[in-house]
Amino acid sequence: MATITSTSSRWDAFARQWRRGRSGYMFLIPWLIGFFALTLGPALASLYLAFTKYDILTPPVFTGLDNFRYMFLQDYRFRQALQVTFTYVLWSVPLKLGLALLIAIALDKGTRGVDLYRAIFYLPSLIGGSVAIAVLWRQLFDRDGLTDQLLQLLGWPPGTSILNNPDHALKTLIVLSVWQFGAPMVIFLAGLRQIPQDLHEAARMDGAKTMQRFFRITLPMLAPVIFFNLIMQTIDAFKAFTQAFVVSAGTGGPIDSTLFYTLYLYQEGFAFFRMGYASALAWFLLIIIAAFTALTFLSAKYWVHYDDTR
Amino acid sequence: MADLKLMSVRKSYGQVDVIHGVDLEVNHGEFVVFVGPSGCGKSTLLRMIAGLEDITGGDIIIDGTYMNDVDATDRGLAMVFQSYALYPHMTVRKNLSFGLEIAKVPRDEIERRVAEAARILKIEDYLDRHPAKLSGGQRQRVAIGRAIVREPKIFLFDEPLSNLDAELRVATRVEIAKLHERLGATMIYVTHDQVEAMTMADKIVVLRNGIVEQVGAPLDLYNHPANLFVAGFIGSPKMNLLDGHVADVRPGEVDVEIAGNIRVSVPVAHRLAKGDAVTLGIRPEHFLRAGADAANLKLTVDFVEGLGGETLVYGALPGASQPVIVKLDGQHRIENGTSLSLAMQPDQMHLFDSNGRALQRASATAAAA
Ligand SMILES: Nc1ncnc2c1ncn2[C@@H]1O[C@H](COP(=O)(O)OP(=O)(O)O)[C@@H](O)[C@H]1O
Ligand SMILES: [Mg+2]
Repeated sequence: MATITSTSSRWDAFARQWRRGRSGYMFLIPWLIGFFALTLGPALASLYLAFTKYDILTPPVFTGLDNFRYMFLQDYRFRQALQVTFTYVLWSVPLKLGLALLIAIALDKGTRGVDLYRAIFYLPSLIGGSVAIAVLWRQLFDRDGLTDQLLQLLGWPPGTSILNNPDHALKTLIVLSVWQFGAPMVIFLAGLRQIPQDLHEAARMDGAKTMQRFFRITLPMLAPVIFFNLIMQTIDAFKAFTQAFVVSAGTGGPIDSTLFYTLYLYQEGFAFFRMGYASALAWFLLIIIAAFTALTFLSAKYWVHYDDTR
Repeated sequence: MADLKLMSVRKSYGQVDVIHGVDLEVNHGEFVVFVGPSGCGKSTLLRMIAGLEDITGGDIIIDGTYMNDVDATDRGLAMVFQSYALYPHMTVRKNLSFGLEIAKVPRDEIERRVAEAARILKIEDYLDRHPAKLSGGQRQRVAIGRAIVREPKIFLFDEPLSNLDAELRVATRVEIAKLHERLGATMIYVTHDQVEAMTMADKIVVLRNGIVEQVGAPLDLYNHPANLFVAGFIGSPKMNLLDGHVADVRPGEVDVEIAGNIRVSVPVAHRLAKGDAVTLGIRPEHFLRAGADAANLKLTVDFVEGLGGETLVYGALPGASQPVIVKLDGQHRIENGTSLSLAMQPDQMHLFDSNGRALQRASATAAAA
């Protein structure tokens, strides 16, 4: 008798809880469907596909580690894609964070019209990642583009397109990415505002000049924010796709000089219909990103100090 | 150790004048306290001396050198902040040594000075902790330690005790006073607490609304407040101030009528005319309990606080609107609503003219003459 009462009351409690939260769960349903059907499901499926040969038209055939063996031992385009992506990450992330920090400091010092400048500086980040801007950049830097014509005015031979030059194409994309420093800048600005003014004053009384204060007070105090930005921007950079796709018209050219890892993955999957191999590439990228993030987290112990006095 | 001279120092924020022209001399090794109500400009004045705030007008001279355009980083002063402002990402040891490293003091010298300061302030056990792991009192000591190791020309303190609990505040007050004695350094200390000012200072500077109201030794301010503001600010409980007018004038003495019909004679050296409005001041501790015949005042008692060692009586004189506080030594049984007979000693009374300026006592002039 007692057991029945307790089960039924537990059921009642659950029902009450459900009724109370019902509308909330209803609102969650689209998101839950989206997550399971469109994100988790395909992700798990691709994990299986990574060990198969799959051309989309015929059912996947299990091939064990063949995809990875090919990837690491034979595929020179995979190596090229890795090199392009690492070059891109190692240049664009520090440059972007550096520029973001510089501008944030400049904005933090100024008093008048800061909000306006902040908005203006943020603008490239809003529109800079869009296809439209990549197309615009192509117009600017392509053969017969605006820069081309300007260079001709300065006496360069015609057709010196920057984007068509394998030596400069990646650099251009790095610059295009650095230009979108707005998001880390806004976060840096918030971080700078968090540093108590009297720490700077105490350091001044201790005789520390502007540069000494920057390196010994501002930077260390900003470490948690730098850490956050570094992780976010690194992940973003590894995933870079749109600009390379638009600027090279999906080829990764000239001569694979803008063959980003994601672009190569896309070609393998959707141009050559080697979906199994593309899945293997995708999972290897995930491992790279996870490893980078883990390394950053491990290093944090040595350079990130969280201020828990307040 | 250094001396300091302020000449007509002014500060404005835009249209708002915050400091109105301060002249001040601080001698080698002096302990000077800036005291005044909140917002009167104490911190601003201190920060101008530190170089953290630029000055709108006037001159600041330290050891004979004009400091107006010398940056805070080069003035060689040290400051203890109200918030302590310890570097949260550095250990206590690093907090102490930071300024010395910046100044490129040799390693072993840094270690010696840090060890010495840690010993004086009894913070040796926490040297390798971060500030977050310290109590308020310990942080306070580290902040003072950071000033000591620099061996600055002048120590500046901005309300360093206001974040401590009452007990710790008294203990630290005593320690800072001892520290001053031990180092013999020039110190400038800002507080809104007149008790801190009275107990620590060699010289008190009373500020109000950016104006120096009076400068002097603690007992000078207590015995001879220059005006109504200082009279009311220095001493606790506050001096009783009673409005009245001159009823009669005699050589070296005037009769003042207060509370409608009470006459007291006060020895003053100034010329006053019959009918002049004046304010009579007398400190709570300067009333005497008197027999009914000797009394010149009868206080209607509102309530009584027996503190054991002393007794505070709150009341009013019949016919006067201003309240009166009386402080009696020892313990007294006084019922609320009864009348208390009191006497005032003439040489303990203060008289202020209608502008609030103190009128010099006849006895004081006689002694000076
Ligand atoms: N940066 C500032 N801008 C405008 N007014 C200020 C500024 N700093 C202080 N003040 C004003 O100056 C006056 C004195 O301030 P402060 O020196 O901090 O007073 P205290 O330390 O005696 O409490 C106050 O009225 C305050 O509002
Ligand atoms: Mg203040």
